[in-house]
Amino acid sequence: MAQEVTTQDTTDIARPNGETAPTVPTFVPAVDIFEQGEITVILADMPGVKSDGIEVTLERQVLTLRGTVTPHEPEGYRRLSSEYREGDYLRAFTLSDEIDLGSINAAFKNGVLRLELPRAAEAKPKKITVKAA
Amino acid sequence: MQRSAFSPWAYHDPFADMRRLQGAMNRIFDGSRTPARSGTYPPVNFWAGQDSVVMSTELPGLGEQDIEMTVKDSMISIRGTYPDAETGDDIVWHRRERPAGSFLRSIELPFRVDPNQIDARFANGVLTVEMQRPEDDKPKHIQIKAS
Repeated sequence: MAQEVTTQDTTDIARPNGETAPTVPTFVPAVDIFEQGEITVILADMPGVKSDGIEVTLERQVLTLRGTVTPHEPEGYRRLSSEYREGDYLRAFTLSDEIDLGSINAAFKNGVLRLELPRAAEAKPKKITVKAA
Repeated sequence: MQRSAFSPWAYHDPFADMRRLQGAMNRIFDGSRTPARSGTYPPVNFWAGQDSVVMSTELPGLGEQDIEMTVKDSMISIRGTYPDAETGDDIVWHRRERPAGSFLRSIELPFRVDPNQIDARFANGVLTVEMQRPEDDKPKHIQIKAS
């Protein structure tokens, strides 16, 4: 149903204004994918991302999930120890069916992005009429 | 190339690859999705302030009601259970990578914390806990008199 695509995207891509992006790592978010009846559900863990930092794009059947982290730094504190790193999230999947982006339901709660993709309506066989010359 | 005595990471650990392989193997054969290495999950970050400390940890998918925190003297414990994945006869699973199960982690802080002055917040899957030192535990300034 959803085949994974490895992206070549890295964080050190220059931005249009010539600045390089800050050096935050990009992680592959853990996902759960299941089908239930007519819908496919994708759950992706993106802790530390605010809902406005989520970007879901669909281009030529490639569904890209992107989360831009809001760095969490308590004011007036200095870092003592770190066992985990914060970073952006990026993962892409190739969908087997044609799905309209507008029909995807997206919700973000408690650091988890939930996408509901409806199963495409029965693909209509395309008929090509051959004209007699 | 000169090896600096102050960069311990530059030195090549011959067992590092082995450990990494072992970790990878454990992940493959670990059928349950319970977080591995109990006692060290979840990973936490610490920040230090004047008389307080901030701890943060990433717990995506949990709600405030799924996390339980207890503090005694200088020991802080976080306990939580990931909500069960959706179940149903008509569910066909493709991938299950997100953590499941329950965890408990206890962390010993370098000082006692005032249990009445703990501020715990949970936002966007990140738990942030601000803890204060009790008033009578703070270092006291001592006036030095000229004799």
